[in-house]
Amino acid sequence: MSPANPPRTNTEDYLRMYRQMVRIRTFEDNANQLYLSAKMPGLTHMYSGEEAVAVGICEALKVTDKITSTHRGHGHCVAKGAEFKEMFCELLGKEEGYCRGKGGSMHIADQSNGNLGANAIVGGSMGIATGAAFTARQLGKDDVTVCFFGDGATAQGLMYEVMNMAALWKLPVIYACENNGYSEYTRTEEIAAGSITARAEAFGIEAHQVDGQDVLAVNDLAQKLVARARQGEGPFFMELMTYRYHGHHVGDINREYYRSKEEEKDWKENRDPITRFRTWLVAEGIASEEEIEAINAKVKIDATTAVEYALNAKYPDPVEVDMHVFTDVKHTLA
Amino acid sequence: MREITLSQAVNEALAEEMRRDPTTFIIGEDVAEAGTPFKILSGLVEEFGTNRVVDTPIAEPGFMGLAVGAAMTGTRPIVDLMFGDFIFLIMDQLCNQAAKTHYMSGGKMSAPLVLRTNLGATRRSAAQHSQSLHALVAHIPGLKVALPSSAYEAKGLLKTAIRDDNPVVIFEDKLMYQDKAPVPEEEFLIPFGAANVKRHGTDITLIGTSSMVQVCEKAAEILAAEGISAEVIDPRTIVPLDEDTLLASARKTSRVIVVDEGHQSYGVTGEIASRINEKAFYHLDAPVLRMGAMDVPVPFSPALEDITVPTPEAVAKNARKLMSREMIHAA
Repeated sequence: MSPANPPRTNTEDYLRMYRQMVRIRTFEDNANQLYLSAKMPGLTHMYSGEEAVAVGICEALKVTDKITSTHRGHGHCVAKGAEFKEMFCELLGKEEGYCRGKGGSMHIADQSNGNLGANAIVGGSMGIATGAAFTARQLGKDDVTVCFFGDGATAQGLMYEVMNMAALWKLPVIYACENNGYSEYTRTEEIAAGSITARAEAFGIEAHQVDGQDVLAVNDLAQKLVARARQGEGPFFMELMTYRYHGHHVGDINREYYRSKEEEKDWKENRDPITRFRTWLVAEGIASEEEIEAINAKVKIDATTAVEYALNAKYPDPVEVDMHVFTDVKHTLA
Repeated sequence: MREITLSQAVNEALAEEMRRDPTTFIIGEDVAEAGTPFKILSGLVEEFGTNRVVDTPIAEPGFMGLAVGAAMTGTRPIVDLMFGDFIFLIMDQLCNQAAKTHYMSGGKMSAPLVLRTNLGATRRSAAQHSQSLHALVAHIPGLKVALPSSAYEAKGLLKTAIRDDNPVVIFEDKLMYQDKAPVPEEEFLIPFGAANVKRHGTDITLIGTSSMVQVCEKAAEILAAEGISAEVIDPRTIVPLDEDTLLASARKTSRVIVVDEGHQSYGVTGEIASRINEKAFYHLDAPVLRMGAMDVPVPFSPALEDITVPTPEAVAKNARKLMSREMIHAA
């Protein structure tokens, strides 16, 4: 792990990136446990294995910059600045959740940090991200929007409609394709013809492919593209080669019919983004093993505390069921 | 009072609101120099420029999705959907995204956008350019739905829609764009959820939406000549629906026909009839009758198309049946 242009020289920045990656992994481990112990309603999609993508990109953004997220969205939410407590409360359908329990895992949003929300329609947020970038143009702001989506979403027509408009109007949006190799339960090579980056290039959009397991490489590229998008040189396209450790969702346990255990083992043991970055941090003398362990331990306690809080937190009062349908009607069914 | 066309009324509403609020913009196909195929937007690009009257590629889901994201982040898009039939193309962005933004975020985000489109058959445009699909969106919680019945309503409701913080869908009747009506010079708005009693009567209530208001008014004229006093009501918005005004009239006259140009089955007429049955049952002397468009794709041939929509004569005929206590059976 030795990018040609190290994007960060500040120890704190490196350690924050590491901490954010660990926070995502730890969040997901806890969310999975909540599912397995039947304490979480519904199911959820784990981001574990893809941490370097969300963190590498979001660390290149300002709070005022926007992102749109996906059904596999916890990683983006954490990386853009969300707190564990409100996130776990949302996953458990509690009143103090980011969406007062009305969105859940697949719709978690944190507009205070510019996260316009996860989206349960694959590819459903591509218009929203492009529209957020359109707002920046209309209002003369220099905000940049990053649209996260998976390789599966590249099969949706909406993507090509909005990339066309973004390119025509030079909108400050970065399309970030997290290619984890699987479109739900199907290998990506079975659903994607040709090259994914070439599709963006067909619209005249500059496209890059990057190792999504290398947080420094992701961050280096993201910083450059975000800065250029801010200057009006957008849009851009990134294809981030990554891997999801879990199945399509937490209940997708027996998945050998589409993916081998050997393949999963190889990615986890040899290409884990957190292990790789940790090794680099220690080798470069940026952090000692003890400091790394202290970060890990602190995050673990934070997560446990937040889970405990969320489990005991209050559900929304039933009177909230017909609130928030419209902005100007307190109770729609009253 | 001066009279202007519905098309001019829409144009005025847009111009006034765009002058008032610099975050508004129009987006859609051929909205700028072309001013849409109906020439409704002529002159706007000259005043507001191409940054605020934005021509898009022919990509309805794309520009609708873009509008949702723009609305969520601080602008107020006014989306122009050339034909109401194209609403099927944008359903995900309208119904899964815009309609649910406020609710799914627990009230923290909203999508204040207006979708302007149209409805109405008998323009010889066949099944994919003639549908009246407002019931589809009225079914989805989170969307407001306005159905202007004249140039006056078109202006007042559109101005209200643009100021509303929720997604609003307005269906204009494409056959009425050149119809004139008195519209005040001075600024006015028409509130949502306030039905308009167009004609007072005592024997039967005719509830009509959009151009069916005119159909009901003509039916009322026919009936008046026969000594039947019909009350005509225009709900103006079906979400929110002014139930109180409709129910008060039903309780007064005891007979109701609901006329709407959407397909009759599972539609607006059924919904309004059902609410009246539930809440005014003991005041009724006859079943509430639904009159929607025929449950067939809109045919091209004039000989066929004209018989698919309710006419004043058909409304009057049904009114007579209700008045004579003749049992009404569905065809």
